[in-house]
Amino acid sequence: MSAPRWLIAPAVLGLALVVLPLVALVVRLDWASVPAAISSHEALSALSLSLTTAAAATAVCVALGVPLALLIARADARLAGVLRAVVTLPLVLPPLVGGIALLFLLGRSGLIGASLDTVGIRIPFTTGAVVIAQSFVAMPFLVIAVEGAFRTAGVRYEQVAATLGASRWTTFRRVTLPLVGPSLVAGIVLCFARALGEFGATALFAGNQEGVTRTMPLAIYTAFNGGGIGQSTAIALSLLLVGVAILVLLAMRGWREDVAL
Amino acid sequence: MSELTARVRAHRGGFELNVSLHAPAARTLAVLGPNGAGKSTLLDVVVGRLQPDRGDVRVGGRVLSDAAARIHLPPERRRVGLLSQAPSLFPHLSAQENVAFGPRAAGASRASALQQAQRLLDAVGLRGLEDRRPARLSGGQQQRVALARALAARPDVLLLDEPFAALDVSTAADMRMLTAETLERTGTTAVIVTHDVVDALSLGHACLVLDAGRVIDGGGLESVLGMPRSPFVAALAGMNLLQGVSQGNGVVHASDGRVLHGHQIGTLSAGPHVFAAFAPAAVGIEPRGDSEPTSAEAGRTSLAAVVEGWELGTAGIRVRFAGGVLADVAPAEFAGLHLRRGDRVRLGVNATDVSIYAAQRPVGDADPSPARARSTGTRPLR
Repeated sequence: MSAPRWLIAPAVLGLALVVLPLVALVVRLDWASVPAAISSHEALSALSLSLTTAAAATAVCVALGVPLALLIARADARLAGVLRAVVTLPLVLPPLVGGIALLFLLGRSGLIGASLDTVGIRIPFTTGAVVIAQSFVAMPFLVIAVEGAFRTAGVRYEQVAATLGASRWTTFRRVTLPLVGPSLVAGIVLCFARALGEFGATALFAGNQEGVTRTMPLAIYTAFNGGGIGQSTAIALSLLLVGVAILVLLAMRGWREDVAL
Repeated sequence: MSELTARVRAHRGGFELNVSLHAPAARTLAVLGPNGAGKSTLLDVVVGRLQPDRGDVRVGGRVLSDAAARIHLPPERRRVGLLSQAPSLFPHLSAQENVAFGPRAAGASRASALQQAQRLLDAVGLRGLEDRRPARLSGGQQQRVALARALAARPDVLLLDEPFAALDVSTAADMRMLTAETLERTGTTAVIVTHDVVDALSLGHACLVLDAGRVIDGGGLESVLGMPRSPFVAALAGMNLLQGVSQGNGVVHASDGRVLHGHQIGTLSAGPHVFAAFAPAAVGIEPRGDSEPTSAEAGRTSLAAVVEGWELGTAGIRVRFAGGVLADVAPAEFAGLHLRRGDRVRLGVNATDVSIYAAQRPVGDADPSPARARSTGTRPLR
């Protein structure tokens, strides 16, 4: 059955809302300056920092998020509901607020930061802080994707594995995890993309120091405000970031079709 | 050799299970029972998903559960395999990898596990399909893989939970034969839970009948099915069953006042309460049911009955009468009777076709294992 005709207008408008800004970006671009802009030292340093921190944040999210997702999926309905709401918080919270919250927790006078400071560990305004900020905002994407898959897969196959003599760890490794493989990949991609684009929490909690905490979004912001490099550089960098994000999404699509059951 | 014994009391929600069972080594015990009898609860206790409140479960010399000693091994350490109605093959693994899963989990190398899997797949007739994912196998093929996978883990006891119920009739028949042969060949101790009498007849060396969480009957299949002592078993055996009080000399006064003539099986020392069983095919239908019984013909039972309905049976037309009595008549004979729903008729059964036997199975007869101490058979745990 086809959709009602009058829905076409809002649909096209919606598409335009997503696509037109990117078109405007491309139109404004001074192509002649692109090679210099994206091969500049600042741009390359921001790009490599972005890729490494986003990868590290994704690794953190997988290492902590997969067990968390399993816990939620196997909890009784009430507890699962509460946990799910808590985990989703960073998704609905303005990232700036997340950054302030992280400062209050890990800053020099923060809840934990104060004690860390006494033993000489200072987290804010380091590359580590970037990773923590990115993990904070990206975690929900991974947990939500994987938790749903764990819940759908259920415990049937795990019970079968137990009757075949498999320990719980073996069962987790060889049955539970592979069964959520496609969702895990989707979660990883979304998580990585979100970490790559993270700005607000990073700016507040990690600052904007070139080579240490100035990731691509921060470099774009700096360039746009005229700090050092020009606006055309900002546009070129934005396109670079969009390009990387699109590549990641395409990679996911290819992979997902491979493993589709 | 690994025999299974379980004497357990367990509960789930408001349901209570109180069962003793014994499956001798390399034999298959069939556990029969209607829905809600406690079959799945029993399986869960043996497999380790449900902890018994009292009693113990042992395989060979090993204790799997012992409520008094607070021992309760988790499923993965019991060496108890399970083949269910749903094959539940791991969807991300090929047939061969599925079968190799158990040996791999037990620490075998990948190569040797795959080799074992190959042998087992050959044995269940799936050579050439080892690389297929479950989604590309038919239901019957999947269940064969599941059987091979369960056996590959070398369980001490294999539990079969209605393993053929989801298959179509001819596939189920093939699979039933294959399973029986495979269990025989591998000398596997097994318990099959089913409400299909053909499963019990094909695989079971002995049987146990469960109802409302308790063992109500048990022993050799021939004696349990030949002398049903519950409506459930009577239905399985395809027999009419009436309960009454023995008057001696093969005469029984049924609880509804009807008089039956039959032949006694065994001594009726267990008390005057008896069952009378007869096959639907042995029942003759005589029209003009309003008349009084002709002077009680010696050796023939005559019962008043009201027609309730009929359908095509395996032995002609099966006519149902109020009170649950069944009669099988040939279609031509049925046509001649001009029966209508609500008609009063008389049913005649020859005494030679009616078995009369004690309501209580003699002690010892109920124990499915002849080698076992006779008194431990089916007495509930106190």
